[in-house]
Amino acid sequence: MKHTSHVHEEKEGQGRHPLHSESSAARSEHQAPDSRRYLFDNPKNVKRLLRGFFLSLLVLLLLEVFVYKHPHFAWEAWPEFYAVFGFVACVALVLAAKYILRPLVKRGEDYYD
Amino acid sequence: MISTVPPALLFIVGAILVPFLKGKWKSAYLLMLPILGFINLLHIPEGTHWQLRFLDYLIILGRVDRLSLLFAYIFLLISFIALLYALHVKDDLQHVAGLVYAGSALGAVFAGDWFSFFIFWEMLTVASIFLIWARRTQAALGAGFRYLLIHAAGGLCLLAGILLHVAEKGSAEFGYIGLNGLASYLIFLGFGLNCAWPLLHVWLTDAYPAATITGTIFLSAFTTKTAVYALARAFPGTEALIWIGALMTAFPIFYAVIENDLRRVLSYSLINQVGFMVCGIGIGTHLSINGAVSHAFNDILFKALLFMSMGAVMYRTGKINGTALGGLYKTMPLTCVFCMVGAASISAFPLFSGFVSKSMVMDAAGEGHMTVIWFILLFASAGVFHHAGIKIPYFAFFSHDSGMRPKEAPLNMLLAMGITAFLCIFIGSYPWPLYSLLPYPDVGYNPYTAPHVLGQTQLLFFSALAFSLLILSGIYPAEQRCVNLDADWIYRMGGRLVYRLADRAFNGLNNVSEKVFVGGLAGALGRISRDGPARSLLLLLVPAWFLAGYRGQPLIEKEQSLRSTLRTGTAPVGVGAALATLLLIVVFLLM
Repeated sequence: MKHTSHVHEEKEGQGRHPLHSESSAARSEHQAPDSRRYLFDNPKNVKRLLRGFFLSLLVLLLLEVFVYKHPHFAWEAWPEFYAVFGFVACVALVLAAKYILRPLVKRGEDYYD
Repeated sequence: MISTVPPALLFIVGAILVPFLKGKWKSAYLLMLPILGFINLLHIPEGTHWQLRFLDYLIILGRVDRLSLLFAYIFLLISFIALLYALHVKDDLQHVAGLVYAGSALGAVFAGDWFSFFIFWEMLTVASIFLIWARRTQAALGAGFRYLLIHAAGGLCLLAGILLHVAEKGSAEFGYIGLNGLASYLIFLGFGLNCAWPLLHVWLTDAYPAATITGTIFLSAFTTKTAVYALARAFPGTEALIWIGALMTAFPIFYAVIENDLRRVLSYSLINQVGFMVCGIGIGTHLSINGAVSHAFNDILFKALLFMSMGAVMYRTGKINGTALGGLYKTMPLTCVFCMVGAASISAFPLFSGFVSKSMVMDAAGEGHMTVIWFILLFASAGVFHHAGIKIPYFAFFSHDSGMRPKEAPLNMLLAMGITAFLCIFIGSYPWPLYSLLPYPDVGYNPYTAPHVLGQTQLLFFSALAFSLLILSGIYPAEQRCVNLDADWIYRMGGRLVYRLADRAFNGLNNVSEKVFVGGLAGALGRISRDGPARSLLLLLVPAWFLAGYRGQPLIEKEQSLRSTLRTGTAPVGVGAALATLLLIVVFLLM
């Protein structure tokens, strides 16, 4: 799951939070080249994670058959209500934030300076 | 029976000693204070303690009941955790401010009367501001001043309400008031500001990300939760709170999705979580009040855990923007795991602490058949997982590799995060000890029913699916380095507008006044008082001299000599008397 669409890449030392005295960053050697391979550097592991995730989604959908519900509202008893609601709500949230809110409120980083 | 002291006093007086201690002694002393506070608290029986007389009013420093005790327990617990997390900090100012801040929060929850409550309430602001300024950057200084001004305004509003209320009732007792009349509205608004209600919330998202790494842990715990306590005490069952709370849960998540500064994302999600509490207090049933209070307890823990993990990242890398971070799981695995525990807790996964408290508020809304409210809360539950549960760990620890390979967080930070993570899982898996401390222990709520567990898990997993698909398809909004306008625009830009308007209006007025009064009127008055007598006299005398036969040069000479004698005040007594008579005649005629 690589996130590739970064519009502005952060440049060293230009962030809103410059290195300051309370940070130990200056002392740590995090810029040293690192050739080790970590857990998710291996695409196989990413694939495994995703496969496990999708499998658990399926299990969750199937489990519903075995659960007796005693809801407050009628729609809570609809099959897969929570799954559908969760998915739809999040897509709606992201789309609204991206296409409605961001164009309205986004300003340059030095807007208030 | 061990003799006890007011819990607030222990912290506030204890803070004074901090600068006099060094090294290990200081560390031991800092950690010992909350422990001592806890032992002290265990020995205070329920009831009313430490009553003093002030004028005609009764000041109560220790109203100890189930509600105040629960808040006191969590305040002591989080003080210990926050002090442990901040143990490496060499700046005494922050330790002292943190202790006084925690002490003020304790004082406020135990205050049984409005006056001492108000004093502790204001001390919260004063102490916390130093945790912001201690960052010692220009941004922190500005944010601190804005924080101070907003809270000063809220404090004055509260004070006005309190004075009106006390004058009406004739008693200073701090208890249920409900919404009726001006006094109660002013108090309501004063509480609401500290509670970060919509439009009044921006001090929080402005100042918390600007505070020091360790200061934010204190900040996230005390101010808003003290306000939640105050609402639970004075306004339970107030219907307006249901809607305010629901709004609070919903609107910040949109901002959180597009915000780049991860500590600001957490600040927005803090408002979202406080929304659940406010809503629960508004519903006002035993179940919902229990839910609100236990959620405050849990939120203090998991929100602190999330802020601590982001603080550790910031401490090691010096960065906190989503665009600058990523791939840190490689070298900060423990911090990553702790962050994910906090994320799971705030998202209310089964077996994590949010699950056992947030659901009470949801259930109470369901029991009351508040359809719209219930849907807003459910939407917010899915949304909080989205922005706090996935976004925070994903952009900091996974996402694209930033290339940074920082060291793991220092031991004291890891310990603080570890203890908090353990508590989040413990309370989530075994909530009964917490339930036994709630204000209404007889409710008998069980979060672990099959449909609840399944429904919540489905909700969260399919939210995660939405996130994964949006990320994989590239639709998810990329983190961008930018400022997102919020209601603080009103006073940040509005402030400049007011400044400019004031500049125009008052300086313009000044200029006009200068011209009229200094340049014009004063000169005219001067001329009149200097030349007036001579002119009015000449008006009479010139015709007389003319008739007497003066013409040409002699007449002009006579005029000039009169002017000079009057200007130098050397006129003969007769002339002076004539002038005075003239003046009297004029005055008489004008009357």
